[in-house]
Amino acid sequence: MKKFDYLKPRTIDEALSLLNQYGKRAKLVAGGTDVMVMIKQKRISPDVLISLSGITGLDQIQYDGALRIGPMVTHRQIEKSQVIRKEFSALADAVDVLGSIQIRNVATIAGNICNAAPSADTATPLLVLGAQVKIKGLKGERTVSIESFFKGPGETVLEEGELVTELIIPKPLPFTGSAYWKHQRRLALDLPILGVSVLLSLDRNRISCPDILCATSPISTVLHAMEQEGLVCKEVRIGLGVAAPTPMRAIKAEGLLRGKRISDELLQEVAETASNEAQPRDTIRAEAWYRREMIRVLVRRMAMRSIERVIRPEETVFPTRAW
Amino acid sequence: MKKSISFVLNGEPVRAEIEPHLTLLHLLRDELELTGTKEGCGMGECGACTVLLDGRPVNSCILPAMEVDGKNVTTIEGLIDAQGNLHPIQKAFIEHGAIQCGFCTPGMVLSAKALLDENPKPTEEEIRNAIAGNLCRCTGYLQIVQAIKAASNQ
Ligand SMILES: Cc1cc2nc3c(=O)[nH]c(=O)nc-3n(C[C@H](O)[C@H](O)[C@H](O)COP(=O)(O)OP(=O)(O)OC[C@H]3O[C@@H](n4cnc5c(N)ncnc54)[C@H](O)[C@@H]3O)c2cc1C
Ligand code: FES
Ligand code: FES
Repeated sequence: MKKFDYLKPRTIDEALSLLNQYGKRAKLVAGGTDVMVMIKQKRISPDVLISLSGITGLDQIQYDGALRIGPMVTHRQIEKSQVIRKEFSALADAVDVLGSIQIRNVATIAGNICNAAPSADTATPLLVLGAQVKIKGLKGERTVSIESFFKGPGETVLEEGELVTELIIPKPLPFTGSAYWKHQRRLALDLPILGVSVLLSLDRNRISCPDILCATSPISTVLHAMEQEGLVCKEVRIGLGVAAPTPMRAIKAEGLLRGKRISDELLQEVAETASNEAQPRDTIRAEAWYRREMIRVLVRRMAMRSIERVIRPEETVFPTRAW
Repeated sequence: MKKSISFVLNGEPVRAEIEPHLTLLHLLRDELELTGTKEGCGMGECGACTVLLDGRPVNSCILPAMEVDGKNVTTIEGLIDAQGNLHPIQKAFIEHGAIQCGFCTPGMVLSAKALLDENPKPTEEEIRNAIAGNLCRCTGYLQIVQAIKAASNQ
């Protein structure tokens, strides 16, 4: 393996000045699960790795109205956070199926988005949850929305010498549920063919017969039975991964549903629109037409799961039906 | 230029002068000559190189050795007790035919240990989830799951 030096600064400012000093010869490393593999595969060959692991206090998850995630927080910490599982469920769904426990014990969520793979599992959950990314460089601090963070495969708005210091997720509206589905061939250690996240905020969390959501009937039947309840969608976000060069929001599809009464017909139209908005490619994992078909299926299913999580929140802990 | 790191390896304090680009797997096998930890893929996929870092399973093939400074590392060699007895999980693996070629076994046993230390009575689903990062080409996993279940006295 190529030789490199390994530096462990003690403060963020020290890390920034080292990044500045070494410039392109340096690579920042958090958990190293992307960086070390890229070095082994000879895709990058830095002279110096600058690790964030020597800086104390970066591995905190705080919930003070907004959720604040430090840059050394691992996927495993997120997986175990009960607050995230309850309030920010789509993110918990993503880390449950990301890599293996060995990977999740060291890999960070900040590293996942900074690496900016189109398949990054935490990207679309962060999109629908409306995350903000706090960035620091020698010149100062700035905060960008996760939507403007990704610029292309492997590309972000980070400039040379900048690093991510925090992810901030605002508290969701009342009666909000969210869900992520990783469409993959194996149950573990696979990259997604597609990643689909949905977040829905409803006008209430009670309906006259919540048990309807336990039915094993097709979605359409369940939705028809629920229609007279008149549930209204106050807010909706739909995130699609591996469906375009960067993780994307299906803005048109969201517009159809926002402020409307939830019905079977409407959800079908929303899913169809999301599928048309996507720009999937043919790749070795799947062809574009198949991805489009599955977006249509999965957007509806994740909408159902979000509704279920509002109306029957206890199911959030042990999801039973994939819809 | 070599750098100095200190850590606890299988209960014993260790100080090592290392090239800073080494992986923990390289340090363990080639410098410290503890060859119980195996290298399969070398890319974080197979789990053959699993060791416990502060009690948590990690892939040593992609972990920079510099990251274990000040930490606690357990390898398969550390599971034997002072009298030389195998760990109950190792015994259960032997009794249940959970070892064929044995290449995945050190990593598999350590993933099982991390699970049982945290969750002494896991369900079958929890066991399968805990070893999802450990590939086995021989056994078909059934005997491994049974062995871990037996080691948890269920
Ligand atoms: C076997 C295996 C399985 C995997 N499975 C999955 C999977 O299922 N889903 C998935 O999405 N990913 C998967 N990955 C990819 C990887 O584990 C994730 O992307 C992980 O979250 C990266 O985090 P890290 O801390 O290890 O990043 P690192 O490797 O340390 O860094 C990744 C990139 O981000 C940069 N970076 C890190 N932190 C910061 C920061 N604070 N500010 C600025 N830049 C930063 C680094 O310079 C580097 O470019 C897998 C990897 C392996 C090896
Ligand atoms: S050798 Fe480390 S995961 Fe395969
Ligand atoms: S026993 Fe041969 S790989 Fe598991």
